[in-house]
Parts: sequence; structure tokens; C-alpha cells
Amino acid sequence: MRDDGRGRSPARRMGVDGMKLHGMSRATLNEALTGYLFILPWLLGFVVFVFGPLLAGLYYSFTDYAIGSPPVWIGIENYLTVTRDALVGKSLFNTFYYAAIAVPIGIMASLAVAMLLNSGIRGLSVYRTACYIPSIVPTIASVALMMWILHGRFGLINQLLEMVGIIGPGWLTDPKWTKVSLIIWALWTSGGTTMVILLAGLQGIPAGLYEVAEIDGANPWNKFRFVTVPMLSPTIFFCLVMAVIGSFQIFAPALILGSLSADTYWVPSGGPLDSLLFMVLYVYQNGFYFFKMGYASALAWVLFVIVMILTLMQFLLARRWVYYEYEAL
Amino acid sequence: MKTMPMVWGLRMRHRLARGATHLTLIVFGVVFLAPLVWMVSTSLKPDTQLIAFPPQWIPRPAIWRNYYDAWVPNNFSVYLKNTLTITILTVVGQTISASMAAYGFARLRFPGRDVLFGVVLGTMMMPGVVTLVPRYLLFLRLGWVDTFLPLIIPYFFGGSYLYIFLLRQFFRSIPSDLSDAAKIDGCSEFGIFRRIVLPLSKPAMTTVLIFSFVGSWNDFTEPLIYLNTESKRTLTLALRDFIVVSQHLTQYQYLMAVSVITILPIIVLFFFGQSYFIRGVTMTGIKG
Repeated sequence: MRDDGRGRSPARRMGVDGMKLHGMSRATLNEALTGYLFILPWLLGFVVFVFGPLLAGLYYSFTDYAIGSPPVWIGIENYLTVTRDALVGKSLFNTFYYAAIAVPIGIMASLAVAMLLNSGIRGLSVYRTACYIPSIVPTIASVALMMWILHGRFGLINQLLEMVGIIGPGWLTDPKWTKVSLIIWALWTSGGTTMVILLAGLQGIPAGLYEVAEIDGANPWNKFRFVTVPMLSPTIFFCLVMAVIGSFQIFAPALILGSLSADTYWVPSGGPLDSLLFMVLYVYQNGFYFFKMGYASALAWVLFVIVMILTLMQFLLARRWVYYEYEAL
Repeated sequence: MKTMPMVWGLRMRHRLARGATHLTLIVFGVVFLAPLVWMVSTSLKPDTQLIAFPPQWIPRPAIWRNYYDAWVPNNFSVYLKNTLTITILTVVGQTISASMAAYGFARLRFPGRDVLFGVVLGTMMMPGVVTLVPRYLLFLRLGWVDTFLPLIIPYFFGGSYLYIFLLRQFFRSIPSDLSDAAKIDGCSEFGIFRRIVLPLSKPAMTTVLIFSFVGSWNDFTEPLIYLNTESKRTLTLALRDFIVVSQHLTQYQYLMAVSVITILPIIVLFFFGQSYFIRGVTMTGIKG
């Protein structure tokens, strides 16, 4: 038999040439096998590093697991503890508070700047660069900077305020202000990315639509409401979903700023009066400081479910306000 | 009703609007960049000017030695070496595995392909915290804790799924005539991948390269969990230690100096590859 140099496919070995195996031709079977080969690294990685741990975490959440001794099954005990744990309530409050404020302000401000940039002015890339650079700064560096600028006594902000006669608060030491400081930091570091995405979306809106609207007598607000918003809504929706997911995962700033007020340096505390205790930080505390792996896993899954529900809600709501062009057809 | 005075003609109003726009944008730009300028300024200050009031923006004289004093006694060269090692290996692994998976999803047909790609999409929206603890336990069992392995190996097996998504979009846009012609010439699928699709995808691949570099260089959480020995730490970890220590010594000029050095490679990368950054971010949003 001729050897075509491609190895012996099952069809070949059966002495069948060009006929179908399980309804698939040999070429299709080959393509399928090649396809699996290409995605094999990803697939292995997914099973071992993502899906496996996901399920394992679920299992651990039903156990009492301290490192060094094997996990002990305790059923839903961890989840019951979650409902009774005051710190869970606190961390959920902190996380929601932060998300509810940072996300809308971030998107609206980014949109406003993007629209300004889209009005055909010169120097667009300079402004865009200026707003975007903070986004690529390593989190730790920007946290260090924030610590210095928001320093209660010697920080730049309070010094500037002092120059106009205002006594600035303890941005990072006063529990009433810590989350505000964090929100400011978040706007500074992620506003640029959102703005770039929204700008690209704006640039994709055909100018003809605006012209038609003008002919119909639309004023700027009308143009915004009836052309810009609908055409931009898929992009806005994307930014919204990613922003919400991102805001629920805030960790590094909370960890670092939190530990500053602790008596010893390395304690991952939740900041003054636990005002910076966010969900992920609480998971980290339980898993890597108290070594209560079971409880940490339960907390992580609670957070996971919450984020999933929020994302699902957003997708369901999207039908009402997100406009995809092909729907008009 | 009084009409508008002729002085405020249409052209005048346009100029005002444009001027206001520029003004607003300048304010935003300044506000966004000022902290970074302050960072550099602080890093060059002598002790006496650190807490001077009113705030001084230009240190006189500029103490460049601050950089040396912050870097050398604190062993930062070791941390730089660690970070570079981890980052370069991560980038290599990420690019290879993501491009392979993207190629499979984009240009090959196999049963379950769309379902599996749906899995990729779904995982992109999964909060990483839910696998944090189990992954640590896995690596603990493998004996990989306190090594670089947990920070590198997963990237050879998919890594960050965003890049699979981006590359797939791009690969799909390459006309199938090219691969069909190659197939007729007897080229294997892998050959098509290597010799046709990849060379045509240089912009997209460069974007993935750049973003995964930045992602790995800036990473904090993973090194935090997996690297315990002081000599194995990355720059981000070292910076964190520095923060905690310097807060009590108020030696902010050194902290700022080290921060500047940590940021510098990223900034340089940005100025050389600005279009890739913008394109990468844009591609994420538009296709999302």
C-alpha cells in the first residue's frame, strides 16, 4: 500500500482509502486530531490549573483544612459560619461600596474624556498617553506613590490643601476616608484603559449618523442620547462587566494599605477598623495567614457566586439597553 | 426675545468650545501625570526638602545618589534578575501556548470546538480568587512552592486566556485561500501555522508579547503567595517590603527611587510600542 508519509490513520490501517470512518472522511478526522493537538497545551492547563482547582476548592469548602493535617469533612459548617461572621458582612459592604462608586464614576468620567478627545482636536495621542500611562504602572509602585501623596501630614495633597487653608483628613488612616482614597487610586489607574476602549468605540461610530441626526434637527444632547449611546452601548456594556468583575477582585492596595496600620508589619490586616477589608483580602487572610484553607475556600466560592450572579444580571439587563446593529435588520 | 449679539458668531462659539475642550483635557492630563512627576521629584530630594512646605517640585540639588543608595544596599539587583527570569520565561510560554490554542480554535474544525471556546470565554470572566487557595495547595503538594515554577509553568499551558481570545480573532481574519493553497502543496497544518499564519500575525503576536511582559513584570499576588525566600523575590515583592519598612522611617525618597526604577522598563516599552498598547486595549474592548 502506498505510504503518504502522514502516518497510519485508522482508516488507512483498515485498508480503507478515502472512505468514511464513523461518518467522517479521513481528511476531517485528520483535521480534528490536529485541532485537538493544537489546543492540547491549553486543555491540559485548563484541567490541571483551572478546572481541577475550581472543583477542589469546592470540595475544600466543605472541610476543615489546616495545612499539615488532612482535610476533615464538616459539611456546610463553613457556609454557616460565613453567615454568622461579622467580618464577612463588613468585607461585603466594603467591596460593594467600592464597586458601586468606583465603577459608575469611572465609566462616566472616562466617557466624558473620550468624547472630548473625539471632537477632532489636535494632540489626541498626547492626552491619551497621559491618561493611559498610570494604567500600566505596577500596582505596588502606584500604591507606594499613593501612600506618599496621601500621607496625612507630609503628603502632597494635604500640603496643597494647607496652602488654601484646609486641613486635609488622614486619607489612609481615617476609616471614613480610606475607601475614598482607594476609589481615587482606582480611578487614576484604570480610568485610562476604559477611556482608550471607549474612545475606540466612539471612533467607530459613522459620522454620517450624526449628520443625519443634525438634518433632522437634533441638538447635541439628542445626538448623544439617540446616536452615541446606542451605538456605543456594546462597548459600554463590556467596560461595565469587566469593571464590576475587576472591582470585586481588588487585593494588592487593600493588603498593603491595610497592613500599614497594624502593629507588626506583615499582618494582613484590613486597615483601620477593617475599613479596607475587601472580600479577596479576607480570603487571603484566612488562607495564608490563619491557614484555614477550608474556610477560605468557602469564602472564595461565595464571592465567585456573587460575581457570577451580578454578571448574569448585567447580561439579562443588557437586552433592554444594549443595541446591536444587526438587530435592526 | 432678544437674539444673540452678532459678536458671538458661529465661528467664535466653535473656537470657545475648542478652547474649553483643550483646557479640560489639559487639566485631566496634568492631574493624571502629576503624581508620576511628583514621584520622580521626590526620588531626587535630599532629606531636608522631603517635607518642605510649600511643596517643592524641583529638588535643589538633585541627589542622583538616592538611586544608588536605595538600590544597592537593599539587594535589588537580585530581585531584578529574578523578575527578568520569570517574566521572559512567562512571555515565551504564554505566546506559544496561546497562539497554538488560538490557531486550533480559529482555523481548525473539531467536535466540541465551540463548546471548548465557550469555556475559554467563561473562564476569562472567572474571578481568580476562587482558584487561589487550591492552586497553592496543588503546588505545595508538587513541592513547587518557593520556586519560580508556579509562576512560569501554567503560562506554557494557556496562561491568560485573554490572549487566546485576541489571537483567535486575528487568525480568523487571515484568508483561508492562503492555507488552502499551502495544503494543496502538501504543507502540514503545523507548517501552515509556522510559515504562513504566524508571519502574517506579527502585529497581534507583538501585542500579546508586550502585554504578557507587562502582566508578568507587574504581577504581585502570585509572587506573594509562592515566593518565600528573600533571595527569590521579585521587584514587586521587594517594593512591598520596602513600603512597609520605609513607612516607619519616613525615607520616602528611597522608596520613590526604587518605584521609579520598577516602572521604568514598562514606560520605555510603552514609548517604543505605543501603538501596540493602544491596539491591544482597543481590540479587547471592541471585540468584547
